[in-house]
Amino acid sequence: MALLMPALVGGLLTGGVYALVALGLTLIYGVLHIVNFAHGSLLMMAMFGAWLLAAKFGLDPLVALPLLAAIMFAVGWALYRFVIGRVAHGDDRAILLATLGVAVVLDNLALVLFTGDTRTIETPYALQMIQAGPLLIPLAKLIAFACALLLAGALWAFLALTDTGRAIRAVAREPEGAALVGIRPDRIFALAYGIGIACLGAAACLLLPSFYVSPQVGGVFVLVAFTVVVLGGMGSFPGAVVGGLLVGITENLGGLYLGEDLGPICVPLLFIAVLLVRPTGLFGSVR
Amino acid sequence: MVDPPLLDVRDLRAGYGAFAVLHGVSLSVLPGEVVAVLGSNGVGKTTLNRTLSGLLRPRGGSIGFAGEEIAGADHAAIVRAGLVHVPEGRRVFPNLTVRDNLLLGSYARGRAERAQSLDRVFDIFPRLAERLRQRAGTMSGGEQQMLAIGRGLMARPRLLILDEPSLGLSPLLVEEMFALIGRLRGEGLSLLLVEQNVMQSLAVASRAYVIEHGRVALSGTADALSRDARLRAAYLGL
Ligand SMILES: Nc1ncnc2c1ncn2[C@@H]1O[C@H](COP(=O)(O)OP(=O)(O)OP(=O)(O)O)[C@@H](O)[C@H]1O
Ligand SMILES: [Mg+2]
Repeated sequence: MALLMPALVGGLLTGGVYALVALGLTLIYGVLHIVNFAHGSLLMMAMFGAWLLAAKFGLDPLVALPLLAAIMFAVGWALYRFVIGRVAHGDDRAILLATLGVAVVLDNLALVLFTGDTRTIETPYALQMIQAGPLLIPLAKLIAFACALLLAGALWAFLALTDTGRAIRAVAREPEGAALVGIRPDRIFALAYGIGIACLGAAACLLLPSFYVSPQVGGVFVLVAFTVVVLGGMGSFPGAVVGGLLVGITENLGGLYLGEDLGPICVPLLFIAVLLVRPTGLFGSVR
Repeated sequence: MVDPPLLDVRDLRAGYGAFAVLHGVSLSVLPGEVVAVLGSNGVGKTTLNRTLSGLLRPRGGSIGFAGEEIAGADHAAIVRAGLVHVPEGRRVFPNLTVRDNLLLGSYARGRAERAQSLDRVFDIFPRLAERLRQRAGTMSGGEQQMLAIGRGLMARPRLLILDEPSLGLSPLLVEEMFALIGRLRGEGLSLLLVEQNVMQSLAVASRAYVIEHGRVALSGTADALSRDARLRAAYLGL
């Protein structure tokens, strides 16, 4: 019991950032109906961005967050306009090759630029702990969790309450109907892809104080993100959030009770169990 | 003096890939007029509508709207100019609420006058006001058709194109639909009405065009056409 609570809370906190990474993926899937295999590599790129801003310019990741989110939005927007959008409405294999191709290019570019070393940064709050009753909570993770949920809430409000947000949801299911009210679906697609990638810029800044970065780091998160998205329901906003938290908790509890070796099977087990009961995921609907 | 036409289509050509559908269609709509477009399945009525509203690029000819040339213009600009197309098959946003569907109707117009537009739509379709939070995809076909027209009205059209609004409706709802078209006409809205219900369309329209083989085969006042032997033979089996 004394160990359960810290593991639970720790998992929940990590899950917040998983949710943010998965939100970007699920938004792209839900609106563009494409699986973004470049997601992990773009997160890696964003993490190197956050690392560069911190190590070379002394910019704290939390301060750099808006900037990096904006940069990653621009990267995503341009990527859609010039690469992914060109093949997005054709053959599924073309889109697979395009997003995977982007991933390969980015991964190898990172190897050339940064070598295979792992890097970390130091922040004043990285090792600080907060006492909450009997619990010791790492400050960096608490901040990351709060920011991730805040950003998820802001994104939800944007999608629910603004004209542009409504247009994004409309184009997701009915692009021709959207065109008839004067929406330009292609712009909306680029925007949605940009927002999905901007989530990675934010996530990178939240991860970096407590995580390392290397050219392979995307792989760690991309598997989690895909698990979360499918578990929560492909394209589902609440699914990504709940799924992210659930995967974070499961991962930690598995580590606690089954140890380092067996622990990692818990998330795949959860995944299989959920899909057996609900093949469309927790919040997924049958189209 | 005669009003200049609101819509003035000359020798319009359009098609898909190597397949030409419209081989030069000319028609016009005067301000405040209801004009019916008739023709059997597959002659290109929907293609005509999609070309007028900018979803499909014309391959030739001209489209004058309110004195401006809009052939080849961007579909968003065409909506903003006031040419609004309520499509065949409704194409409402199934995952959005009725309210969000209506609000998006005024996307091209922005927020100004949005509240008045909503009030007007609720006045015409009280049933939509009762269903604001329902997802459009869960509504009946008739309700979705009302929503599609309501969404079109939210754009404050100067010309409303209705593509088979009575398609798939029960006889009672078809009556309601034509009553609605009569009401919109009474309010001074110009309408281009594409329909399979030939007699009812001619009853509500002032003029009509019959399209065959991608061209206007027959045109005239609704009165004259409803007595036309060729039309009666072709479409009513009389
Ligand atoms: N996207 C498309 N690609 C290729 N051909 C098309 C496309 N849309 C329509 N067509 C063809 O163009 C022709 C005209 O179609 P259109 O939908 O304009 O007819 P319509 O008069 O509206 O018919 P209906 O009364 O059945 O609605 C048809 O032969 C149709 O098969
Ligand atoms: Mg048609």
